[in-house]
Amino acid sequence: MKFVMAVIKPHKLDAVREALGATGVEGMTVSEVKGYGRQRGQTEIYRGAEYQVHFLPKVKIEIAVADDKAAEVVEAIQNSANTGKIGDGKVFVYDLESAVRIRTGEQNNDAL
Amino acid sequence: MFKFYHRLAAPVFVLVAAILTLFSPDTAFAADQLNSGDTAWIITATALVLFMTLPGLALFYAGLVRSRNVLSVLMHCVAIACLMSVVWLVIGYSLSFTDGAGANKLIGGFSRLFLAGVGTDTLSGTIPENVFFSFQMTFAVITPALMVGAYVERIKFSAVLILSALWLICVYAPVTHWVWGGGWLADMGVMDFAGGLVVHATAGISSLVIVKALGARHGFPNDVAPPHNPGMVAMGACMLWVGWFGFNGGSALAADGAAGMALTVTHIAAATASLVWMLIEWKKYGKPSLVGLVTGTIAGLATITPASGFVGPVGALIIGVAAGLVCFKMVQVVKTAWKLDDSLDVFAVHGVGGSLGTILVAVLCAPMFGGLGLPEGATIGSALGVQAIGLVATIVWSAIVTFILVKVTAGLTGGLRVREDDELEGLDITSHGETAYRLD
Repeated sequence: MKFVMAVIKPHKLDAVREALGATGVEGMTVSEVKGYGRQRGQTEIYRGAEYQVHFLPKVKIEIAVADDKAAEVVEAIQNSANTGKIGDGKVFVYDLESAVRIRTGEQNNDAL
Repeated sequence: MFKFYHRLAAPVFVLVAAILTLFSPDTAFAADQLNSGDTAWIITATALVLFMTLPGLALFYAGLVRSRNVLSVLMHCVAIACLMSVVWLVIGYSLSFTDGAGANKLIGGFSRLFLAGVGTDTLSGTIPENVFFSFQMTFAVITPALMVGAYVERIKFSAVLILSALWLICVYAPVTHWVWGGGWLADMGVMDFAGGLVVHATAGISSLVIVKALGARHGFPNDVAPPHNPGMVAMGACMLWVGWFGFNGGSALAADGAAGMALTVTHIAAATASLVWMLIEWKKYGKPSLVGLVTGTIAGLATITPASGFVGPVGALIIGVAAGLVCFKMVQVVKTAWKLDDSLDVFAVHGVGGSLGTILVAVLCAPMFGGLGLPEGATIGSALGVQAIGLVATIVWSAIVTFILVKVTAGLTGGLRVREDDELEGLDITSHGETAYRLD
């Protein structure tokens, strides 16, 4: 099993959810987070004064998938979250050791 | 025509009253008669002006600070409103609006301490004196509250209370007496319809003095946090705008055409200055911002305040344009050139706006600009001279006395500032033990 963690632009969340739904992903966890990468935050101007906003709002998506689906999921996120502009985010994939569905006790791939 | 009827009405009224007195000798005749229309409007205006502080100004300022200090700013505004009301009752009103006998040119007397002698039948002009007292109280409330914007995010709460109370007695009351209470500037015929000098110049100048003594926020100028809630800023500013109808319209102290014109020019100046500020930002930074638009609103309102009973709608347009241009420029000057952390731009918006309006009124009250006319016997030149004297006197008095009061306050509170780690953690939790936004 693989654990896919993606950090994306908040306004792309709906597009990513639809694309993942189309690949058969059945669930995900989403959190509102802040961060920066090469984009290095942004500048906002209030009353003529420039303010450096170092950490920008992002959305973090976490999905557990079977090994053979991981590549497809990563590709779906990359295509649907892409605006072509700096700050689109990143996708990380980890090995996932185990999974349990709390209600039934099903294990690993059966629990996804 | 309107004025003509007014002039005609007075002698006719006296004649009728005299005849009636002949037939009923018991009827008391007073020169001042209660006018229920005037009274109703000033009671309404009193509520509108209090609404400017509670919650208008409180929200306007609270949105401009970072989220860890939002409650402290709300606290400052509401607590100042409470304390100034009490100080106004105890001594402020009496010093401002009673006869000071030998010292009357400079300060009022003590005959109205605790509003002594004022009942339900005591009149001030055509309205009950208790209504006049309350209307003026709302001005005494908002003026020290305006200065909150200068010292947010780093001042001790005890210093806020002590400084505001002393300031109301030592700066606000004397200047109010000079201008509105029969003091020396009133004798000279200074024009300050609703508080360009009394409210905005005093608060603006004093803010700079406080900031100089207090020092800048940690990280100023390059690393301070942006406004945490521009939507709250806009809501507060719009409440101020609505409340300002009472501030300027009520300052006519009558429900008449003068009040209507004051309200009209107030609105036009606010609208114009908002647009000007927005357009400057649009051109300069590529985007028109909400915070910029509503800051222009407040600049326009502050600038029209002294002029609102004297200029016409065209004068209001000119004042709106001037307010947008000059106040925008002064925000940059204070923070960049003078390097003073007047955090929410009290001086640049209120001090500069009120001063600008105080000078412009001398020109724009002239009939050639659609104004309602110069004071009797005055020329534009002589009026400019009087306005300049009033402005300089207000600036000098505010600066010197505030400087002394800041020293006194710092002595009483063991320094004006909170500890640095408290400033970094935020005043909400360290000064007040509360959290504004609990996300669960």
